[in-house]
Amino acid sequence: MTPTLSHLKALEAESIHIMREVVAEFRNPVMLYSVGKDSSVMLHVARKAFYPGPLPFPLLHVDTGYKFKEMYAFRDWYAKEIGARLIVHRNEEAIAQGAHPLKLGVARCCGALKTKALLDALAEGGFDAAMGGARRDEERSRAKERIFSFRDEFGQWDPKNQRPELWDLYNCRIHEGESIRVFPLSNWTEVDVWQYIKLENIPIVPLYYAKERLMVRRGTLLIPADDAGNLKEGEQPEVVMCRFRTLGCSPCTGAVYSTATTIDEIVAEAATATRSERETRIIDHGSNTMEDKKKEGYF
Amino acid sequence: MNSIDQNIFAATDTELLRFTTAGSVDDGKSTLIGRLLVDTKGVFEDQLDAAKRIEAKKGAKGAYLALLTDGLQAEREQGITIDVAYRYFATPKRKFIIADTPGHEQYTRNMVTGASTAHLAVILIDARKGVLTQSRRHTYISRLLGIPHIVVAINKMDLVGYAQETYEKIVRDFLEFYEKLDVTGGDVTFIPISALEGDMVVERGHNMPWYEGPTLLEKLETAPVLVQINAEDFRFPVQLVSRPQTEELHDFRGYMGRIESGSVKVGDAITVLPSGLTSRIKRIITWDGELEEAFAPMSVTLTLEDERDISRGDMIVHTDNPPRVEKELRAMLCWMHETPMVPGKKYLIKHTTTTVKAMVTALEYRVDINTLEHIPAPPELKMNEIGLVNLKLLKPIACDAYEKNRATGGFIVIDDFTNMTVGAGMIR
Repeated sequence: MTPTLSHLKALEAESIHIMREVVAEFRNPVMLYSVGKDSSVMLHVARKAFYPGPLPFPLLHVDTGYKFKEMYAFRDWYAKEIGARLIVHRNEEAIAQGAHPLKLGVARCCGALKTKALLDALAEGGFDAAMGGARRDEERSRAKERIFSFRDEFGQWDPKNQRPELWDLYNCRIHEGESIRVFPLSNWTEVDVWQYIKLENIPIVPLYYAKERLMVRRGTLLIPADDAGNLKEGEQPEVVMCRFRTLGCSPCTGAVYSTATTIDEIVAEAATATRSERETRIIDHGSNTMEDKKKEGYF
Repeated sequence: MNSIDQNIFAATDTELLRFTTAGSVDDGKSTLIGRLLVDTKGVFEDQLDAAKRIEAKKGAKGAYLALLTDGLQAEREQGITIDVAYRYFATPKRKFIIADTPGHEQYTRNMVTGASTAHLAVILIDARKGVLTQSRRHTYISRLLGIPHIVVAINKMDLVGYAQETYEKIVRDFLEFYEKLDVTGGDVTFIPISALEGDMVVERGHNMPWYEGPTLLEKLETAPVLVQINAEDFRFPVQLVSRPQTEELHDFRGYMGRIESGSVKVGDAITVLPSGLTSRIKRIITWDGELEEAFAPMSVTLTLEDERDISRGDMIVHTDNPPRVEKELRAMLCWMHETPMVPGKKYLIKHTTTTVKAMVTALEYRVDINTLEHIPAPPELKMNEIGLVNLKLLKPIACDAYEKNRATGGFIVIDDFTNMTVGAGMIR
């Protein structure tokens, strides 16, 4: 009788296989590191994939300047801790011009600080493959994404003309200037990610744990109020016991009411959640859908 | 994702079952998947609310179920599934990955793609229409791709008054055709369902007391997943050679890869193919510690007793159980690109971790995937067509028959000018 792998170990083995294919087949790969829980899992699996050797690629953080201060502290500590090479890229021009979601609107702000910054960073670094922690269960256009997803020389995605992807045979061939986005965690769900963080004892940004925080209620969202720049006129901050299910930019990421202060409580909460995690991300609402943004080059 | 029983998710030893669903627009495939997701609470309230809001605008009853699954704007506009979509849900017993594929003949390539990783195929039949040409096509493709378990879901039973006679006639018709299909192994299960009303999908319902078999979900929860992997033959395609050359690892040389089938122990006598060099396994290294034994589908790093010239694309196997090493192959080929495959043309094939130039020397026949008839020596293979080809490779590869080993028997065909994936092959 052959033993079987648990689903988490099977997912891990698949992700390791994917990352090794990337390193074997591409000239200059990079791993996107957004400091969130999925990035943390992806990075951890990457360290396992190349053990006992070091990480054979740099990490790239596309920074908008609006990330939570806890994220910056964690990023710098963790990169140093594991000895990773970290590249931070910002769209300095847009930041200098004062790009802000409350001023530009969320879609334009994201377009400038995230999509454009990402495409510029990939071009500057000459990266031919970029790994990201996006999962297919997050959003319906992501459910259609290949694990190895082709991008033309403008970084654009054409969902109707994707390469067939069979078995675990990934077509890594591209022409000069084209690139591949790789999603090693494609088949993981949010619950898998939390279970794995627990199983492997992976460090995560403390914002994921519940505590009393100064927040402002905006519609159904809880927006961090510790930065006065996030507040609209007339909004009154209050102290709320809450945590973040996903992490993005502080003006655009809502928290959820929660008392989960341990990883066990978070796993239990994720397993019984009735609302999707991306509900707290303002960028997902509105008429510019994830599919539109992905076509333009968003991760 | 939500679960029926929250406590079960504390456990991390659940198995993973991958299945594919084939059916056409009118068979209610999207409705069925929507039903599975909703009844296993595999869909979040905000996503459900959004789908129900669209349904309210359009007004068709139960349409929200289908809206949950159609991902691309073009699909929602046209009400069809264009591409493979992957869905995830879990029950206390198992985690599931659905490859949701369109069923029309012009999407055969998508169906083949979805089937390539599946343990089980759900084939939908409309109870009002019975076994159609497309049912045969879906069954043939599922078997061709080596899916061991087939579930024939006879849907829309609500529209035929939940009549047992209708169900039984379809079962008879299906078996009559299935027995003629040239296949070995695998099993077929028939389940009468109503995806719209929910009968026999997750809940049994009260409309078909005459049916005593499993519900669809019960079948999905109990179908063995092991048969998928060949447990006997150790096959280890080398992905990467690890030579960190750091101070403490300056002499280290490890072979990184995934055990595609079988298992391996420290001390085992191995052969490296295609070169034929031999050695023994010295260490099986993982981040979680060194292992005495490892098995498929684990990703590990192997070291050998002797220093050998080994690189990506080589395959490490047990000396007493080698695969074939061949330069000429016969394979079933499914063509996936608008530009037809013409014998005599050169392509690249990617097989395990090796990519090699290949020429199609002959197209023996094309399979009419509707009648399963063989059409001898056609001039070309068009998109979505399947045929038996002879291939000549520039270099030999280590391979097994697909029927025996999916991982070492399958390959993709790449056009080396456009870099597109243009075909998928299964070695005979």
